[in-house]
Amino acid sequence: MQQSNFYIITYTAALTVICGLLLSVTATGLKSKQQENIALEQKKNILASVMKLRNTDDVRAIYEKRVKSYVIDFEGEVKQGMKAEEVSVANEYKKPKVERLYPVYEIVAENNPNKTEYYVFPVYGFGLWDNIWGFVALENDLNTIKGVKFDHKGETPGLGARIATEEIQARYVGKKIFEGDSIVSVVMQKGEGQDYSNNPHQVDGMSGATITGKGLNAMLAEYLSGYQNFIKSKRGNKMSFNQ
Amino acid sequence: MSAQTETAVKVQPAEPLFSKKNRKLLVDPLDSNNPITVQVLGICSALAVTVQMKPALVMALGVTFVASFSSLFISLLRNTIPVRVRIIVQLAVVASWVVIVDQFLKAYVYDVSKQLSVFVGLIITNCIIMGRLEAFALGNKPWPSFLDGVGNGLGYGLILILVSFFRELLGSGSVFGIKILGTDSLTGLPYQGNGLMMLPAGACIVIGLLIWAQRARNGYYEDH
Repeated sequence: MQQSNFYIITYTAALTVICGLLLSVTATGLKSKQQENIALEQKKNILASVMKLRNTDDVRAIYEKRVKSYVIDFEGEVKQGMKAEEVSVANEYKKPKVERLYPVYEIVAENNPNKTEYYVFPVYGFGLWDNIWGFVALENDLNTIKGVKFDHKGETPGLGARIATEEIQARYVGKKIFEGDSIVSVVMQKGEGQDYSNNPHQVDGMSGATITGKGLNAMLAEYLSGYQNFIKSKRGNKMSFNQ
Repeated sequence: MSAQTETAVKVQPAEPLFSKKNRKLLVDPLDSNNPITVQVLGICSALAVTVQMKPALVMALGVTFVASFSSLFISLLRNTIPVRVRIIVQLAVVASWVVIVDQFLKAYVYDVSKQLSVFVGLIITNCIIMGRLEAFALGNKPWPSFLDGVGNGLGYGLILILVSFFRELLGSGSVFGIKILGTDSLTGLPYQGNGLMMLPAGACIVIGLLIWAQRARNGYYEDH
């Protein structure tokens, strides 16, 4: 009896149903808690792209105080009634560049909520194996990189996964995205150990992770051009304001 | 107050839960039959998650939990499992527990779950768990099987903690994230992290030394 095909099929079917039920109950039960963590992680990453956070910092409170966020379209127009935190960059990434929604996070000065110190833009792309994403923070000249934060889903540990380390991210600090009036982005080079401190548009590469590096370059170029109308109009404002 | 009375009232069960044989199941995998150093199973994750102590501890707890409850359930089901599909049944039970653990980690210790990332999912393929199900839980009663799972999980965890202690101390001069060596640390002793210890090769060396030390102590010799 126990070896009959009927028994085996019924047994496995019942097992599948029970396991499936158990898993869906767990997943649904914990979903809200997990989403809270993901939202907090995003806030942490936005802040970490411009400042050093300690473990003891209350991320929510700092975010509340320092971050002003809104959503723009490709033309750089602010979309009313949308929360930047609720825009899924991963979903927008699947749309054509001109149709995407682009969240903008302005980090304001600690003492003056009207003075924008940095602009933080989310970026999203594809590395060697899977998606990569992150945040790019620009100084208020909208040219100089204040800091970057990258993360990935499945890059090779020790090679491409290094994009998530401070060592690699620090290489972007102080680089410029503008060459004259056009955005040229910052390009990670092939090979590692060169000194690019004299070139504002190049950073040292990752040995053994050239394709992840190319993915990073494509991601930055894609999103900086997605934000270009916004960046240029802001810079235009600033220039006329200064004169 | 009430807790005290409860423990006092607790009746000794008819059959001792921790008989000598059962204690052996629990203790043997810690040393003389350790899954990592003696059976050399589960090496892959031991190399991968031992850079720092915190993920290693969580991984150890995760594996212990999955090993013990998978053993328990497989043992409960052992007389109904069709022999021809037993591996698939074991896999389904182990995988369910692993996903549940993963979901809980994501909900309550998000940063650790990010560090462990793919390795939680890979508990499913951890040779120790499937090995104990095949070798023990399928042929033994639930309680001894549960203890066997706990013992093997702890044996695995013990090595993980030991390896990660040396790797974190020598690699980044800290223990559980608390700076012990180096400038602006607790002791203030000058120390520069050893990069090799941060790489899987460092784990390989530490595990090798542990196996050496253990075999020297237990008088192990190869059968020919």
